Amino acid sequence: MSNSAASAAGSQRISMLKVLNPFHVWALGVGIVLVGEFMGWNFSVAKGGAYGALIACWVIGLLYTCVAMIDSEVTSTVAAAGGQYTQAKHIIGPLMAFNVGLYLVMAYTMLEAADALIVGDLMKSGAEAMGYAGLDTQPFVVLTIAFLAWLNYRGVFMTLTLNFVITLVAFIAILILFIGVDPMNPGAVLKHKELLTDLPYGWIGVIASLQFGMWYFLGIEGTCQAAEETRSAARSIPLGTMGGMMTLLVAATLTWYICTGLMPWQYLGQAYTPLYDAATIVGNPNLQILLFVGTLFAAVASANGCINDASRAWFSLGRDRFMPGWFGAIHPRYRTPYRAIIFLIPIAVSFAFTGLLDQVITFSILSGLLGYTFMSINMVKFRKMWPIGSIKRGYIHPFHPIPAIVLFVLCSAVYFATFLGYGASLLAIMAFYIAASVWFTLRRYQFVKRGDQFTMPWPRPKGY
Amino acid sequence: MSFWQLLSYAAWGISGLLILWMLADMASVSKQYDEDFLMSSREGADELTDK
Repeated sequence: MSNSAASAAGSQRISMLKVLNPFHVWALGVGIVLVGEFMGWNFSVAKGGAYGALIACWVIGLLYTCVAMIDSEVTSTVAAAGGQYTQAKHIIGPLMAFNVGLYLVMAYTMLEAADALIVGDLMKSGAEAMGYAGLDTQPFVVLTIAFLAWLNYRGVFMTLTLNFVITLVAFIAILILFIGVDPMNPGAVLKHKELLTDLPYGWIGVIASLQFGMWYFLGIEGTCQAAEETRSAARSIPLGTMGGMMTLLVAATLTWYICTGLMPWQYLGQAYTPLYDAATIVGNPNLQILLFVGTLFAAVASANGCINDASRAWFSLGRDRFMPGWFGAIHPRYRTPYRAIIFLIPIAVSFAFTGLLDQVITFSILSGLLGYTFMSINMVKFRKMWPIGSIKRGYIHPFHPIPAIVLFVLCSAVYFATFLGYGASLLAIMAFYIAASVWFTLRRYQFVKRGDQFTMPWPRPKGY
Repeated sequence: MSFWQLLSYAAWGISGLLILWMLADMASVSKQYDEDFLMSSREGADELTDK
């Protein structure tokens, strides 16, 4: 067979297609996150009140701005799938890289499972609204995961083009709802004067709300996973990531403004779909339908982006033999990491079938948080090992090392906040990753292709 | 059988078909192509490293 002969002769290499542009990168990042505006962020209101949630929104917004700045610099320089895993591999070493890779796979796969659960719940709500009670959600959960995995299997361009369209519709739904609540006439629809109160649990409540403030932005760092498939990573990753952060800051602030002007904090803090509830309170059926569609699209876009990112991270681990090399294959026709995509389907379905949405999301948030903490260390080391001018960078973030220090401090604050609400989960996840690290060191590291994994044509690092 | 029950069965059916299609395609690719070729990708290079 000609393909076999060519490969045997070593004359051909396969690679992923470089077809993405900044809009796809934006769609990947914002697509994963935007579902957090439709549901989840409002649990921060239960912890810290309405103002506490706004403080959490902006403080966590600062955390993620630091993440976006650091990611933009490192990923525009190390243009490889795997994102933060690849960063850690080049800058720190194999054990941290393995851990970061595992955080990425777990964070995105669990978020994908949570998104599929949301789609199932929305189908159930839709059926109930049409007079059919007790719809089984499982077939729709599985269909969501299977269809999106199939789409990812068939090619990245179509996958992220779809994500761009449905994410834009979901974002526009928030903008239309904002216009619909007549923001130019305070008091007409929005009742902030009556509904906004002081901090109900004081400043400790504000700190506790930081954990759920993560929902506003969790996943924007996923843009890095597209680095190997963008036409120009040096241009597309910073543009898409920074543009995504700006979109999310606008969407998060508008969401807070709309919901806190329509619902008392005691109700808002435990609502399941706060933006849809806001549309219901406004009383416009068209807005209700729009927000239902927006919520559904946001959940689908998030699951779609998560499959894309989890598979790239798993593929990268396989390619470097951090996991079995079999997963490091690329489809010869569709140019996707097809084995990684298929392998993660049953894992996502298993997480989804537990039905434990809050535990799954907490595990996902903590995995992401561990990754962000290490990023601050990576960034300081990256600038020390390869100072400005020693290698070509697509983007240089300003004010170094302030973003790295701010990121580390804010991550520490979120750990404390998580410990207040989910101490057992925090300890369980730490134990899981420590056990995984021991397994990697004792059993897996012997298979790692140590020489082959550093492919960047960089000079020897300073001090080595 | 109600519309929603039919929709549930359809969701199971379509999910099964999609997963079977992916598994069949994966097996077919493994038969047609050499394993070394499928796993021959290297970390991405960009215009930064191409110059």
